[in-house]
Amino acid sequence: MTTLMTRPPSVAVVVFPGTWSERDFVHVASTVLGWNANLVWHTESDLGGADAVVLPGGFAHGDHLRTGAIARFSPVMRAVEAFADAGGPVIGSCNGFQVLTEEGMLPGALVRNDHLEFRCDWQWLRVERLQSANAWLGDLADGDRIRLPISHGEGRYVADAETLDALERDGRVALRYADGEGRVGADANPNGSERGIAGIVNERGNVLGLMPHPERAAEPEMGGTDGLRLFRSLERWLQRQPAAAERRL
Amino acid sequence: MPVRWLAEVHVALRSGINDPEGQTIGSALRSLGYASVSDVRSGKLLRIAFEAEDHAAAEAAVDEMCRRLLASPVMETASWELRADEQQDAEEANP
Repeated sequence: MTTLMTRPPSVAVVVFPGTWSERDFVHVASTVLGWNANLVWHTESDLGGADAVVLPGGFAHGDHLRTGAIARFSPVMRAVEAFADAGGPVIGSCNGFQVLTEEGMLPGALVRNDHLEFRCDWQWLRVERLQSANAWLGDLADGDRIRLPISHGEGRYVADAETLDALERDGRVALRYADGEGRVGADANPNGSERGIAGIVNERGNVLGLMPHPERAAEPEMGGTDGLRLFRSLERWLQRQPAAAERRL
Repeated sequence: MPVRWLAEVHVALRSGINDPEGQTIGSALRSLGYASVSDVRSGKLLRIAFEAEDHAAAEAAVDEMCRRLLASPVMETASWELRADEQQDAEEANP
């Protein structure tokens, strides 16, 4: 008999030297949602039996050479890769997205914003329907608009045309920069990303990379709570999964 | 005995990828009166001192460094110049 998960989710929040959003994620997970959240230092090779993994924003290893280029060699990334290969849900926000592309867990790359400015602002995003089972956006519908903070200097998503076409064809573009009406276009694009792409998933849909910060929009006093919709999606997704012991993660 | 080598690695964005830094530098040059400047591409220069048995081994090592770390296969290209580190040879000849 399969036991479904009934205990609160447990998330591992990975910390590289230079990561800066880890405490915000832990705050949202533990204080706002009542989950278990553990910080995992980048030299660790064990994720502590977590149900989900967070790669937070910041400047891992100083972002030297390229964003995420050195973080990808940290021992913890071998564990993150194995966790994702086993179907475990992984989210990389901002610098975490950059690490996931460098690691090769997501296609493409994130380069300097086209206007060369660091952009820290609230940003509307349009949610797109994904073809895969979706751990992170399962509660959101195609065409939904959410508003999340962005905070980056290197968030311009680039990939060759073939890769971009494949992402769109396979329903792997999760989020696009949009205006308040949900329109995608140059005026609503804060960094020059190709085709307005703000977030993508891997083929299985369990790994999401996005430039915006859901953890910074999880309490009304912070200006919005749309970020909680991603965390709630994950919680419901986990509740539909067999208990971790049976998943052999 | 291993020889010391010096590699100067140039990393640049692939030609199809927009280079706003290069464009901004280009417009700064034009605004300084260099009206004929039509294109600037920015990049990185990495000077790497290391040891290898011979030229072929040194070449292979730099190639691997570029593939594994120095240049993103998605958005960058790398090229390099490799030479024996003569400064060290001179130091060893005249201690």
